[in-house]
Amino acid sequence: MEEKLAQPAPSPLSRIGRGLRGALTHQAGFMALMLAAMWLVFSSFTPYFLTSRNLLQITVQAAVVAIAAVGQTMVIVSAGIDLSVGSVLALSTVVSAMVMETGQPAPVGVLVGLLVGGICGWVNGITVGKLRVPPFIATLGMMGIARGLALVVTQGIPRFRLAPGFDTIGQGRILDVVPVPTIITIVVYLLAWLILTRTRLGRYTYSIGSNAEATKLSGVNVTRYLVLIYTVAGLCVGLASLIEEGRLGSGQPAGGDGLELQTIAAVVMGGTSLFGGEGNIFATLVGALMIASLRNGLNVMGVYAFWQNVIIGALIISAVYVDQWRRSHRITS
Amino acid sequence: MESSDAPVLEVRGVSKRFPGVQALTKVDFDVRRGEIHALLGENGAGKSTLMKILSGAYSKDDGEIIIRGQPVEIRSPRHSQELGISIIYQTFNQARHLTVAENILLGREPLTRWGTIDRQKLHEQVRELLDKVGLDADPRARVMDLSVAQRQMVEIAKALGLDANLIIMDEPTSALTGRETQRLFQIIHDLSSRGVSVIYISHRLEELKEVGDRVTVLRDGRRVGTLPIGQADFPTLVRMMVGRDLKLTMLTDRHVGSKEVLRIENLVRRGVVGPVSFVAHEGEIISLAGLVGSGRTSLARAIFGVDRLDGGQIYIGGHQVRIRKPQDAVRAGIGFLTEDRLVSGLAMSLSVAHNITLPSLSKFERLLMLNLESEREAAGKSIKQFSIATPSPDQTVRYLSGGNQQKVVLAKWMMANSRILFLDEPTQGIDVGAKEEVHRLMVDFTRRLGGTVIMISSDLPEVLRLSDRILVMRDGRIAGELPGIEATQEQVMNYALGVAEESLAG
Repeated sequence: MEEKLAQPAPSPLSRIGRGLRGALTHQAGFMALMLAAMWLVFSSFTPYFLTSRNLLQITVQAAVVAIAAVGQTMVIVSAGIDLSVGSVLALSTVVSAMVMETGQPAPVGVLVGLLVGGICGWVNGITVGKLRVPPFIATLGMMGIARGLALVVTQGIPRFRLAPGFDTIGQGRILDVVPVPTIITIVVYLLAWLILTRTRLGRYTYSIGSNAEATKLSGVNVTRYLVLIYTVAGLCVGLASLIEEGRLGSGQPAGGDGLELQTIAAVVMGGTSLFGGEGNIFATLVGALMIASLRNGLNVMGVYAFWQNVIIGALIISAVYVDQWRRSHRITS
Repeated sequence: MESSDAPVLEVRGVSKRFPGVQALTKVDFDVRRGEIHALLGENGAGKSTLMKILSGAYSKDDGEIIIRGQPVEIRSPRHSQELGISIIYQTFNQARHLTVAENILLGREPLTRWGTIDRQKLHEQVRELLDKVGLDADPRARVMDLSVAQRQMVEIAKALGLDANLIIMDEPTSALTGRETQRLFQIIHDLSSRGVSVIYISHRLEELKEVGDRVTVLRDGRRVGTLPIGQADFPTLVRMMVGRDLKLTMLTDRHVGSKEVLRIENLVRRGVVGPVSFVAHEGEIISLAGLVGSGRTSLARAIFGVDRLDGGQIYIGGHQVRIRKPQDAVRAGIGFLTEDRLVSGLAMSLSVAHNITLPSLSKFERLLMLNLESEREAAGKSIKQFSIATPSPDQTVRYLSGGNQQKVVLAKWMMANSRILFLDEPTQGIDVGAKEEVHRLMVDFTRRLGGTVIMISSDLPEVLRLSDRILVMRDGRIAGELPGIEATQEQVMNYALGVAEESLAG
C-alpha cells in the first residue's frame, strides 16, 4: 500500500494558496466565502447593506433560525430529522407567556420555555430511540401534537402580558451595541462546537448517523444517545423560542410556522448531508446567515416579499448543487 | 430417471471474472434431456456464479452456451426464461403480498377484451399448473401465508408455467421437513419423466443418491469432474470438493489450552442454533467451520448479545454473565469483528482514528470532555502497531483498502481490551498480503497477549493453518470437533456435510 510521501517545506505564497484551497475544500470555509460574496453583491446594489447596523440586524433576524438549527444539525447528523421545530417553538412561547401572566418573574418564564422545549424533545427521543418509530414520522406527529396543544391552551389567542424585563432577551443590547440574540447565538454555537467535537455525545452523534448498527455493536447504548440528541434539539428550540418571544413581546400559538423547513434549509445549505454521519456546526450558522442575508438584502433592495421565497428556494438548490460539486472534486483531486 | 442422450444444455469453456477474483475458469458442463444433474462444491466454488450466468443475471466473459444445439448469448433473466431456463433461488423470488395465482403468472396474466386481468382464466390456468405439481393451495391465497414447502411448489409451478425445460434448484431442501423433501423428490422425478431437466445444487450428499443421475463437482471455479451417481461415493466426492495441491504450513505450534476463558452451555436460539456447548481457553485459536447457513454467525451473534438467547448460559473466566445486548458483551471483554464490515463494522464517513477509538471513548473522557490529544496519540500508536496504511489518522476510513479497513476493526477491538475476539470471515475479500498480516496479528494476540480467538471461516486452508481446535457446525449444532494439528480438510468437510464416519472407505 503506497504511503503518502513527505511534503517539502512550503513557501509563504504557496501557504496562502493552500490556505485558500483549504477554505474552498472545507465545508464551513467554503460557505463563508459564498456568504461574503453574497454580501459584496448586495453592497454593490445599495450602500445601506454593508453597514454595521444592518449586519448586526441580520444576525438578529437570523438568531431564531440559527439557534433552532443547532438542534436540527445534531439530529440530521445522527441521520434523523426534526419536523416538530416550529410547533414546539409555538408551544414553548405560549406556555412561557401564560406562566408569566400569572405573575411569575422573567427567569421563571425563561426556565419554563426551556423546559417545554426539552420535554418535547425528550418525547421525540423516546419515540425514535426506544419505540423505533422513524424520525420523520415521530417528529411529524409531535408537530401536530405541539401545535394542537398550543392552540388548545391559548384557545387561539396570543398572550401579551410577559414579565417585565423579559423582552431583553429579544430586544436588548449589550453595551448599547451588540444585540442580546447575537450574543446568545454565538455562545450556543461555541457550546455546540464543543459538544460535537469534544464529548462522547458529539462523537456518538456522528457515529450513529454514519452507521448506527456498527455503533451499537461497538457497545454504545444507541438508544440512550438518541434520546439525548433529540432532547438537546428540543432545548435549542426552547431557547430559540425565548428569543422569538422576547422579540415579539408575546407568545403566539400560530408562531414558528415553517421554522422546521427553515432550519433544515440552514443545515443543508451549510453543506451537511441529509443522510447523516458528517457535518460542520459552523457551516449551519453560515447557512442561517445566508438565508437571513438574502431576505435582508432583497428587502433593502425593495424586492417584492413573495419573490423572496422563490429566490431563497432557488438559492438552496444551487448551494447544495455547488457543494456536491465541491465534494466530488475533493475526492478525485 | 431416464434421460435421452441429446444434451439440452451445453456449457463449454465458460469463464467469469470479478474484480480481484476469478470466479469461473473454463468450465465445461452439460445436461441431458430429462436428466437430474447434481452440482456440488464448497462455498465460493463457483456454483452460484455459473447458475447466475445461465439464468441471465450475470454475463460470461468467455466460452459458449449451447441450448438444444443452438449457441446462445443469454442477455437477461427474461431472455433466459424465453430460452426455457428457470431458476428457483434458495430465497425464492416471490411477491409475498400477492396471491399464488398472481405470482405464478406474474407478467403474463391473461387479459380480457378491455385489457383488465381475466381473473377466471387466471385461476383456471393456475389451477392446471398447481395440479401438475400436486399443490393443494387456493390460488387466491396470499403467498406469505403459505408454508415454505408450499411456496417452493409455487415456484416450481411458475417454472412450469414458463414452459421451462431446464429448472435450476438452489438448495431446495434446506428449509423442508423430511416428508416435504420426499414429496419434492417425487415431483422432481415426475418432471424428469416428462422430459424436464433439473440442475440440483445441494450440500446434502445423502439426498443426491435419491435424486440424481449424474453429479458434477466444482472447486475454485473449475470443474473437477463429472460422475454417474452410481460411481459417486462420499469419500470420492469429498476429495473432489476439497483436495488442494499444497497443504499450507501451520503458522504456529499448537497451543494446549490451559485456563478456561469462555464456556458456553446449552446455548439455544430457537429454530436457528443449538443446543451448543463448548469451552475456550486462554491463548487459543478456535475455528468454527461449516457451510454457509450452518449457524456459525448466528451463534456468535447470540453470544455477543446482538440476537436474543432463548436458552443457555455463558461463563466468562468461570463467572456466569448475562449478555442481553452488545454493551454487556463489550463490557465483559468480548469483541466481534462482523462478516460485513461495511454494514456493521465501520462507520464509513468517520476517520480511521475515530473508528478505532469508538468503543473506548470513556477511556479518554474526563469531566464529560474528551482529551482529543491523548485520543489521537493512542490512535496513532494503534495505526503503527497494526501497520494500517493511511495518509493520516484523520483519513476517512471509506477510502482505505479492504485489508486496511479490516485492520482498523481489529485495532478497534484491541484498544477496547477485548480478551475474547469473535472474527467472522476476517480475511474474506482482502488481498493475500493483508490476509497474512491479519493471521500474524491473530497469532500475536493469542500467543503473546494471551487473548482468545474464535474464528468463523469458510476458508479451509486458513482454518487448518491457524486453529488449535476446530469446531464444525452443521444445522445449528456442533457436528464434530477436531484438533487443529492433525485435522485434514476432508475431515472438516465430512462433519460439515454430515457424512457418517462408517461410510468413509478410509
